[in-house]
Amino acid sequence: MSIRSVGKIYDPEGVHVVALKDCSLEIAAGEFVAIVGPSGCGKSTLLNTIAGFDGLTSGEILLDGEPLATVDKDPSPGPDRVVVFQHGALFPWKTVLENVTYGPVVQGAMTEEEANTRAREMLSRVGLNDIETAYPGQLSSGMQRRVEIIRALINNPKVLLLDEPFRAMDTVTKSASHQYLLELYDATGKTIFFITHDLEEAIFLADKVLVMTTRPGYIKKTLQVNLPRPRQYSMLASEEFLAMKAQLVEAVHEEAVKAFEAGEREMA
Amino acid sequence: MNPYIVLGLLLMAALAVGAWQQKKKALLYEISWGHQIRKTLTSKSFLLQLGGFVAFILTWEVTVKTLGLPWFNRLPGPWECLLEWLSPDPAYGISIYTEDYYTHILYSTYRATTAFVLATLLGVPMGLLMGWSRKFYDYSYPLVELIRPIPPLAWVPLAILILPGDEPAVIFVTFLVAFFVTALNTLLGVESIDESYFRAARCLGADKRRLLFDVVLPGAMPFIFTGLQISMGAAWFSLVAGEMIAAQYGLGFLIWDSYSLIQYPVIVIGMATLGVIGWISSAAVRSVGRKLMAWRERELFGA
Amino acid sequence: MARAATMTSASFGYKTRKFFMSKHFTRGSLAVIGFFALWQAGSMGLMPFMHAIPTPVTVAGAFWEFMCTGKYWQSWMDSTLRVGYGFVAAQILGIPLGLGMGWNRNFKDFTYPLFELMRPIPPLAWVPVSILFWPTNESSIAFITFIGAFFTIVVNVLGGVSAIPRQLVDAAVSFGASPRQVFWRIVLPATIPSIVTGMMVGIGITWNVVIAAEMIAGNTGLGRLTWEAYLAGYTPGIIVGMISIGLAGYVSSMAVKMIGDWLMPWKKVF
Repeated sequence: MSIRSVGKIYDPEGVHVVALKDCSLEIAAGEFVAIVGPSGCGKSTLLNTIAGFDGLTSGEILLDGEPLATVDKDPSPGPDRVVVFQHGALFPWKTVLENVTYGPVVQGAMTEEEANTRAREMLSRVGLNDIETAYPGQLSSGMQRRVEIIRALINNPKVLLLDEPFRAMDTVTKSASHQYLLELYDATGKTIFFITHDLEEAIFLADKVLVMTTRPGYIKKTLQVNLPRPRQYSMLASEEFLAMKAQLVEAVHEEAVKAFEAGEREMA
Repeated sequence: MNPYIVLGLLLMAALAVGAWQQKKKALLYEISWGHQIRKTLTSKSFLLQLGGFVAFILTWEVTVKTLGLPWFNRLPGPWECLLEWLSPDPAYGISIYTEDYYTHILYSTYRATTAFVLATLLGVPMGLLMGWSRKFYDYSYPLVELIRPIPPLAWVPLAILILPGDEPAVIFVTFLVAFFVTALNTLLGVESIDESYFRAARCLGADKRRLLFDVVLPGAMPFIFTGLQISMGAAWFSLVAGEMIAAQYGLGFLIWDSYSLIQYPVIVIGMATLGVIGWISSAAVRSVGRKLMAWRERELFGA
Repeated sequence: MARAATMTSASFGYKTRKFFMSKHFTRGSLAVIGFFALWQAGSMGLMPFMHAIPTPVTVAGAFWEFMCTGKYWQSWMDSTLRVGYGFVAAQILGIPLGLGMGWNRNFKDFTYPLFELMRPIPPLAWVPVSILFWPTNESSIAFITFIGAFFTIVVNVLGGVSAIPRQLVDAAVSFGASPRQVFWRIVLPATIPSIVTGMMVGIGITWNVVIAAEMIAGNTGLGRLTWEAYLAGYTPGIIVGMISIGLAGYVSSMAVKMIGDWLMPWKKVF
């Protein structure tokens, strides 16, 4: 995927919030890319434009060489770029199985039977098959997120978009979820676009970490993570890891201070 | 049958229900039935509740009958009404034994139910459409806001003129209130749905039509049912007014009529019956809602 | 479907202008115009069941006539006063009751069963009792309006108090607040949104009740006016009455909303 000089301005003639400006990045097929940055800097806006929930005011986004979104062409959401949401968006009124099979059935890609079989297969592969008749409200947040990821993957998307999916979790659930995601990544080789504010999480999971500036947002720094896969927890304490983290901290901190002061200015 | 015997039977029935509830609680808390009953009967909460109720009845009886205080002495007393209600040969013609009593209840219930069902069948889709399609909302909202402020009861004279007969007029007025309440609550419900659900559905390939059935309708359900309960109450409210103004038969009519005929205990009987039926209908709507929204009920313990 | 906006003073005029030029506004206006057009056409004979309904033009004429009479404005006065008395009384009695029920468990146990039993009884069912009890006609009508708003406000306040997050109270206590201080400085302000909601729903109900009460047992007021027009067979008068009542209800809702906004500078009511 290529994101070239993307700009997004909210309410151009009114409040004129420049969320993104001249933001560019490249994602190779099968790459795991993480974006970090202070809150409100535009990470989610970028994800929204990729996913197709919002249009662009400048620049373009290309997927596999084809233009996905340009200034004139408003993208629409689709199963080639499925999103996993921050607070979870499993439909509370559908069972786990119904949630997972929703995508393929609605698109007509599979019959209901085929979808059920495939869903069960995928769920059992990750050990979730005994909750298939449960409602999301009965599941813990860790399980919910896992189901949501399966729900996304069953559509065989070109890119998997994750918007701070593990943000609201405690450390224990979070590390379990990391392991889960990494296993899936190793198994499927999907292209993943992951937003987070947790620097360690970003380095641990991704091949490449991008630091976004505060508003107006663009990519300030790209960090290649050369740690071998499959990732081990012992790596978290390794020297290289800490060195990378230090770099990120420096870059992010600068932006965070700017954002903080900007917030203060807004209030005043 | 002697009214006192009937009273005794009713009391025993109430006690049986209470005992049954205690049994269920006892099973839940894993203590003996007797123990649970004793626990409840001696709890401060229960005694206060009972006390409040008893205090009210006593105050009523005392101020109206025993002391005959100036403003109060024209009202009927509680015991008098109760006896009348249970009497096989009531002085004013209305008791649980008379056919008329049930005729009135039937009329009122029929009217309220018809209006309610109509209002739901029209109001829910209206609200859903308003929330789902901006276009529809733009066209309909100004009209709704134009008509809505007019109190439904102000429609009564006009309704009587336009619609053939009094029955449809009363039902129409009742329908109107319930309709607006339902439609607006449904709209509120749709608006309350988290944007993420819409986005997730669109990612997964849902088109606009699909969104309506898969996200909008189930997502708005909680609000819809709250609205239905409110509209049920509102329906009874308008119905009674409509009946008082312009109907034959029905509990509202009964209350007004017995006032004109100076049959005061019947007023209280009518009011109490209204209260009970109103409560039952709300409870019915609530339980239907609970069934349809089973996904809300079950919570993971200690998650 | 969220409509969030950060409004700076500079953009407010812009937003208003933008709205009036938007397609939303044109659609709405079309709908309203269409409605009146249909009405006019229907009353002139195009629709069978509408023969009894006067045309908008006739109604407008009748409206003007009414406005020239003193009786019309007197009716406004009378109805509004009744609404006012009943509504205010309901707030004065209802808000403390709701707060008390929410705050003190014992008080709730004592009063709630009775309250719940009385609540389903429609306010108008109280009319005969009210007439028997209260000495004057006015007071009996005011009582009915009171009943209408009373139950609503208590239910809303009770709900509001129960919804106060425990942490707010705990935070205050940890700062050393006495129960009295907690009540006045935490519980009361936190309940204000519910009070306002209760007031807004209540005012609507109150108007409904007043009109009905006037139709049944009143001698003056907008409801009575409408009823008299009906009895006299003067249909335009009926519609004028309806519109007036609708206007009055709308105005009072706006008034309550403004009070609500004033009470809660930290939050817009809707």
